[in-house]
Amino acid sequence: MSQAPLPSAERSGIIRDAVAVGVATGAYGISFGAVAVSSGLSVLQACALSLLVFTGASQFAFVGVVAAGGAPIGGAMTAILLGTRNALYGLRLAPLLQWSGARRVGAAQILIDESTAMSVNRDTVPAARLGFVATGVSVFVLWNAATLAGALAGTAMGDPRNYGLDAAVGAAFLALLWPRLGVARSRVVAILAAGVALALVPFTAAGVPVLAAGAVALLGGVLSPPRGEA
Amino acid sequence: MWLAILVAALGCYALKLAGLSLPQRVLSNPVVERVADLIPVALLAALIAVQVWSAGPSLTIDARTAGLAFAVVALLLRAPFLVVVIGAAAVAALIRLV
Repeated sequence: MSQAPLPSAERSGIIRDAVAVGVATGAYGISFGAVAVSSGLSVLQACALSLLVFTGASQFAFVGVVAAGGAPIGGAMTAILLGTRNALYGLRLAPLLQWSGARRVGAAQILIDESTAMSVNRDTVPAARLGFVATGVSVFVLWNAATLAGALAGTAMGDPRNYGLDAAVGAAFLALLWPRLGVARSRVVAILAAGVALALVPFTAAGVPVLAAGAVALLGGVLSPPRGEA
Repeated sequence: MWLAILVAALGCYALKLAGLSLPQRVLSNPVVERVADLIPVALLAALIAVQVWSAGPSLTIDARTAGLAFAVVALLLRAPFLVVVIGAAAVAALIRLV
């Protein structure tokens, strides 16, 4: 992989894309802030999630479990399980970024869907690094600012159901899930997992149905034949 | 609540750092790769179902279902993320209004 410095046109192109991704995610962060507050978190707690956890689907899962009346620690477990995909992103990105020590420790915090997507498709190490850092920082700044704005707005505007915000969460999860449904095995697992979760809703504490659905992934992975033979 | 937030933060960060630090051969185990691919699929699908069709301990169909239906159509039409999310909220809000 080439280490040659980037031409300035490519440089500014990558940065422009990174800012655009940040703005789009930021708008989504507003809904996270509002939903978090309506789920019973304080403004400070909503902001702490965005600053410290900083991975959108996990944060929505956390507040989703809490909103349904589940124990916060159950929300944390669901958030961590959803965060496992970031470990996979890291495995794919490590040879592209070629960072160690303090840089790796810093890079880990901004390792998310967006920074990965803007980095894996680059041809050179400098381009991969710029795509990763520019997108990661842009999303981090705008996501956190948006969370604060959304949380403040959420406290001011009353019942979020009047604005359909509870429906927005399901739609956001579906949009995250959609690109993964191209494979037949994934569609089967998705339907089974949804079925298992719904079947458990009347009988278990909130938060348990979602965690239990994770077992479907485990079974699906162990039992299904290798890719290509399915 | 704060303890849970810290647990989630530490857990999620550890996973990110582990990914950057673990040897590449972890990915070459096919079962690990398949399970890791399927975990987000299962959890997201379960979150959607619980988020849209449960109200406390009971199952229900209300305006959220219409919001999700809008999201499906929007995604089939390759609409951008924000259109999907804001549109779903708007549909649910409109139905509650009438």
